[in-house]
Amino acid sequence: MYKPLTLRVLSALDIKGWLALGVFLALALVVVPVLNLAVPEESTFHISAYAITLIGKIMCYALVAVAMDLIWGYGGILSLGHGLFFALGGYAFGMYLMRQIGTDGSYHAALPDFMIFLDWKELPWFWLGSDSFLWVILLVVAVPALVAFVFGYFAFRSRIKGVYFSIITQALTYAAMLLFFRNETGFGGNNGFTDFKRVLDHSITSPETRLVLFGLTALTLAATLVFSRWLVTSKYGRVLTAIRDAESRVMFIGYNPLWYKLFIWVVSAMLCGIAGALYVPQVGIINPSEMSPANSIEIAIWVAVGGRATLIGPIIGAFVVNLAKSWFTVSFPEYWLFFLGLLFIVVTLMLPQGLVGLWKKLMLKKGAAA
Amino acid sequence: MNALNPTANALLDDRPSGSDGADQMGHLVTGELDLSHGVALYLDDITVSFDGFRALNKLNLTIDAGELRCIIGPNGAGKTTMMDVITGKTRPDSGSAFFGQAMDLTRLTEPEIAHAGIGRKFQKPTIFEQHSVFENLELAMKTDKRVWKSLLAWLSGDERDRIAETLRLIRLDQEADRQAGLLSHGQKQWLEIGMLLMQEPKLLLLDEPVAGMTDDETMRTAELFVSLAGKHSLVVVEHDMAFIEKLGGKVTVLHEGSVLAEGDLATVQNDQRVIEVYLGR
Amino acid sequence: MSRLIIPLLLCLWANLAQAAPDAALVRQLAAEDSSDKVSAIRQLALAADPDAARILKAMADDKLYLAGDKAVIVDDDKAFDAVNGAPIATPANAESVTVNNRIRGELANALAALSLFDADRAVRLASAQKLQNNVGAEMAPLLARALEKEADAEIKALLTLAHAQASLGNADPALRLAAVNALAETSSPTVRSTLLPLTDKASEPDEKVRLAATAAIKSIDGRLALTENLGRVFSGLSLGSILLLAALGLAITYGVMGVINMAHGELLMVGAYSAYGMQSLFRAYLPDYLDWYLPAAIPVAFFAAALVGVVMERTVIRWLYGRTLETLLATWGLSLVLIQTARVLFGAQNVEVANPVWMSGGIELLPNLMLPWNRIIIVGFALFVLLLVWVLMNKTRLGMFVRAVTQNRPMAGCVGVPTSRIDTMAFALGAGIAGLGGVALSQISNVGPDMGQGYIVDSFMVVVVGGVGQLAGAVWAALGLGIFSKLLEGWAGAVIAKITILVCIIVFIQKRPQGIFALKGRFVE
Repeated sequence: MYKPLTLRVLSALDIKGWLALGVFLALALVVVPVLNLAVPEESTFHISAYAITLIGKIMCYALVAVAMDLIWGYGGILSLGHGLFFALGGYAFGMYLMRQIGTDGSYHAALPDFMIFLDWKELPWFWLGSDSFLWVILLVVAVPALVAFVFGYFAFRSRIKGVYFSIITQALTYAAMLLFFRNETGFGGNNGFTDFKRVLDHSITSPETRLVLFGLTALTLAATLVFSRWLVTSKYGRVLTAIRDAESRVMFIGYNPLWYKLFIWVVSAMLCGIAGALYVPQVGIINPSEMSPANSIEIAIWVAVGGRATLIGPIIGAFVVNLAKSWFTVSFPEYWLFFLGLLFIVVTLMLPQGLVGLWKKLMLKKGAAA
Repeated sequence: MNALNPTANALLDDRPSGSDGADQMGHLVTGELDLSHGVALYLDDITVSFDGFRALNKLNLTIDAGELRCIIGPNGAGKTTMMDVITGKTRPDSGSAFFGQAMDLTRLTEPEIAHAGIGRKFQKPTIFEQHSVFENLELAMKTDKRVWKSLLAWLSGDERDRIAETLRLIRLDQEADRQAGLLSHGQKQWLEIGMLLMQEPKLLLLDEPVAGMTDDETMRTAELFVSLAGKHSLVVVEHDMAFIEKLGGKVTVLHEGSVLAEGDLATVQNDQRVIEVYLGR
Repeated sequence: MSRLIIPLLLCLWANLAQAAPDAALVRQLAAEDSSDKVSAIRQLALAADPDAARILKAMADDKLYLAGDKAVIVDDDKAFDAVNGAPIATPANAESVTVNNRIRGELANALAALSLFDADRAVRLASAQKLQNNVGAEMAPLLARALEKEADAEIKALLTLAHAQASLGNADPALRLAAVNALAETSSPTVRSTLLPLTDKASEPDEKVRLAATAAIKSIDGRLALTENLGRVFSGLSLGSILLLAALGLAITYGVMGVINMAHGELLMVGAYSAYGMQSLFRAYLPDYLDWYLPAAIPVAFFAAALVGVVMERTVIRWLYGRTLETLLATWGLSLVLIQTARVLFGAQNVEVANPVWMSGGIELLPNLMLPWNRIIIVGFALFVLLLVWVLMNKTRLGMFVRAVTQNRPMAGCVGVPTSRIDTMAFALGAGIAGLGGVALSQISNVGPDMGQGYIVDSFMVVVVGGVGQLAGAVWAALGLGIFSKLLEGWAGAVIAKITILVCIIVFIQKRPQGIFALKGRFVE
């Protein structure tokens, strides 16, 4: 009867699911690079660098959306501060990219330009070791995890829930944004980190690097999806949704919700950190505006549009909303906020289960009619 | 009594469990439950007040090990608040509450108390409506309930059998894969009782367990409870006098947060003060 | 006026005639060299007699002329001898005495010093006050003389300080020491900076004086810190009133519906833009009464915001009761729409809303502590709105219904409270109060489409700390948060202050999850 863990992870998706995942990875790792590098630019099948960067960026957002779905869809905890964890991961990796510039910056100094500009003589202690790729990768995961753990421990311990929790997370990311905006805190102030040149000593703008980053993002997204799927189908996942639906009952049968919530909260933060680290080299900049409350709340709408507690829905939602955003901001910039605002209203009023829920309903109707 | 008896007792046998003594958070709950003096629960001078209103007023109550106790009282007598105090949901303003000889309930959290062996059924059935009946029982089952264990948990054949037994006992074996939210009210009550049994508690607190049940279901519930007594302590809060009569235990009448009368049902029913409280002055 | 008075005074003084000033000195006033003039002015001032005052006043008024080798005063075709003030025939070839800026300043000082001897108490007082922050060593003897003559205690105290400042440069260490000790009682930053050199070995040889000066600076610093903190408490009070205005409305809507209205900040914005709109209307049609646009804006803002609130409630929020997290998102969407609407209507830039004249200026409570009128009025306005809300909630039927719905919605419905109508009205009320807050805000901060964004977190904090549905709690929490954050800002800077407050609130919720004024009971989950 006992099933080894690897087998259980494998059974997280059914055959169809694995097939779809395989197709997705084949597209991202083989078809896209071929269409980008081998197909001439005039061809209709050519995929431009712009498109790759855009899709890569949206895949990072999709990763954040999955992280958000874990905590909101399955845990029932709406975080309005996930932008903070995303930005923390982004900043950690951004600093590595700053250090990779070496002495090629405008001041030709060993320190990053913004530090020279502010007349800093040496790296602040928290950036020591930021020239090491491995150390930075550790930071990318550990810093969001630590912040999430400390904040979450106190918040969940005092049973802060619902709207209270949401607003406090919003205040948290707002406070962090103010902190990062300051020049003297060592995060580059307003401008953040930018003008990257190399990653692991490879030119960051070369098509090959771009495709590697793209593929890496696709792989991470796929792995996250499998991992999340396994998580929510495990007994842990069932306890988590039980906490979402009837927390006091869970307590009275002997589970401590604190640790269950804290675990998913920290996992979710770490996923955001990873997404941020993948985002920065592709987009080429990280600044404090990533932590603005508006950005964090937008993550919630990706999840809501796609459908909560479905894992695949948030990915769809991230793509739909962000593609719409890039189209609007080019064609009708002044209507984007109207569209986004109405999207918030319409989805919550009319599509509580999101696009995935709508799809399921249509399928049911079709099944009933047939 | 009937065929239920051996099954229920087998289900609730104290099985050796790896997690005795340590709760999920890792700190120690004072050792194994000590029932050496034959007392399962002491409530001593418990007072709870909400904005000046005394929900409990110097309440004293002792439940013996293996006893089946019924609690009755008009609305607002403090029955639910008493259960809140025992399960750690409400902290008393003064007084002490001990589980066995040494476990101070006023210092433990809800999960710690649940883990120590107190199970509670709510007035309004609270089950996990989005989960299947089977999953409801699985989640309630006595086991190590720490996060890591849940992540890697996999039901053993033995555990599946225990769930199946309980399913049969609560007559939901046909509904095992059904979403619990779709059950009838009476079935939900039974499911919650089933979840309580899966926890294998030493003390069961049951708040109006037969509300919404048919007469037949009520009688079967009474039989089940009677069969549980002896090995386990039960505290039943109920308004249904026929049900209480069937249970046959000692009856405690609560009024305005303290004990008004105690004794067998007939004695209590003939008590002048009780009649006054119930019928009004 | 002066044309009438001066001759009159001249006669008076002529009769009182003391020793007339030295003619040569008066002649020196008309010297070519500015330095000569200055020294003459100073010497004349030291004389401190009415004649000197008369001559210097004439010089300051450009009425001093040089006729041949004699200084004359020419006033309205009449001429007087400058030295004794006797009328003389108007000289033919009188030349005006040049008064440049340096001389003018010197004259002003001298005249101020001289008016210390004026008969009118008010004039002397004004002069003594003027000398508090602007006194040179050369004035010491003059001030000493004035001190001797002065009988009024208030003026005497001021003069003592001015004299002490002037004596700081005295050669006698004992006098310097006395001066330092006298100045230790003041609380002015100017005095502090004049004392500073006396703590330095390089500029002050006497050790006793140095020690005394150090001690004096310490005690001045103490008092300065006190006024600074008082100032912070006051600005905290005014921030608290703004928070209160923002939070009162939120407390009502949150209390009734358990819904955090994320567009609440945008209702503040609607109120602020209403003030802007009224200002524009008054400017266009009633320019004479422009100052009264603000009172007119109050009802307009209330109803505009209330209308927006009603529309929000009827179209969106009402359909989401019980789904609090979804409501959060939907109201956020509403706030985006409102912000963009404001951008389309009024432009993305901030608009200018001017203070009415009667709100500019302020009261000087202590030296260095100025309480601006606009902030005082806002504190008063917040109190007024608070009173209004209290009356509405506690003395009217609507208020009773709102409280009933807050405490137990199903029960209120059962006993016949029209809960759905109450929801709409409560929402309108909360929104209207936010509009009032917006009017207040328009007087002290920028008015722009994004102005509301910053207030939602702050006002939510007030509601959380104060306890849901608790008017008293909201008041204490708003004032407490306002003052606490201003005090912290003074010590640690705005960002650290914000973060500290956030941390404090999280810790606070640990201890008192239901706020300061907790509702307890078995219905509280």
